[in-house]
Amino acid sequence: MKLKQLESLLGNLQQFDNPKIELEQYPTGAHIASRMLYTAENSFGDVSNKVVADFGCGCGTLGLAATLLDAEHVIGLDVDDESLEIASINAEDLEVEMGLIQCEIKNLRWQGQIVDTVVMNPPFGTRKKGADMEFLSTALKVASQAVYSLHKTTTREHIKRAALRDYGASSAEVLCELRYDLPKQYKFHKKKDVDIAVDLWRFVPKPKHESSS
Amino acid sequence: MYRGTLTVHVPSSWTNRVQMHPHDEAERVVEGVINGFLLLIEAERVVEKQVDFNPDFLKNMFSKIDWKALADASKTMGYDELPDEVPDPSVLDSQFLQKFHHALLELHLEEGTLVCPETGRRFPVNKGIPNMLLHENEV
Repeated sequence: MKLKQLESLLGNLQQFDNPKIELEQYPTGAHIASRMLYTAENSFGDVSNKVVADFGCGCGTLGLAATLLDAEHVIGLDVDDESLEIASINAEDLEVEMGLIQCEIKNLRWQGQIVDTVVMNPPFGTRKKGADMEFLSTALKVASQAVYSLHKTTTREHIKRAALRDYGASSAEVLCELRYDLPKQYKFHKKKDVDIAVDLWRFVPKPKHESSS
Repeated sequence: MYRGTLTVHVPSSWTNRVQMHPHDEAERVVEGVINGFLLLIEAERVVEKQVDFNPDFLKNMFSKIDWKALADASKTMGYDELPDEVPDPSVLDSQFLQKFHHALLELHLEEGTLVCPETGRRFPVNKGIPNMLLHENEV
């Protein structure tokens, strides 16, 4: 599938009706989502025929992009049942399959090396401090091959240090810097649109040893 | 049975390996839940969904799967074609792979419950989506 086609399909997805500010619900946006998954597949082969988990999937944009790029199985996880409802409608509209689980990422343990790749656009931690780190920590425990994630460019050094020193990453690379266009969604946003610099990261977890179950 | 409405699902063998633990649980045990238990399935409504057959993927998954758990989960979901004993990985023939494929990817729990065998904690599954949110007192 070509990038433009992927971006177009993602652009037609339904998004949050009433985004919940305390969960930092922002749509990922077709532009970023398509480039993120396209890079993961074309540069690294981390999507097709793989098991992919979308952490904090919201309306399912990243996970659905993975299905469109021929992931073998995709599972989306989110704390909010309203978002998951929208994600399931989006999957139906695209005529693809995506498993969904309602849970809190920080409490997640996933037995076995079933998940190859984690993709995510986690909360930045502006509402709930440390939320971004909880997502990253869990992602590196769950993924057996790679984690793709978006974090504010201002946190770059902090993220790199935490991933390598504390969360079991063998590598942590910024693939590119993107401008994340956040439309004015919440009343407290003064400017019409907020444009922030985010890094697209690729983390590789250290090999894990599974005790027999 | 299947009405063609929601097509999303989580095959049993994925979900029953998902566990909930508090973030900093290294020394703690939450209500006696110890890492390593798989969830049991109580099936109320199971949907069978056609998924493309991918033998390479299946062979790869075979080594990662807890065979007994898969066989048990499949039986609970109404499919008991899987052998109870773990098949020899060197003889994964097409006939076997078809059954494995069906159990692993094509059985979907639409309505039911996932139960932790250690604590009895129940996680409901509605419209194919398990709710695994922990309560205040469990975290």
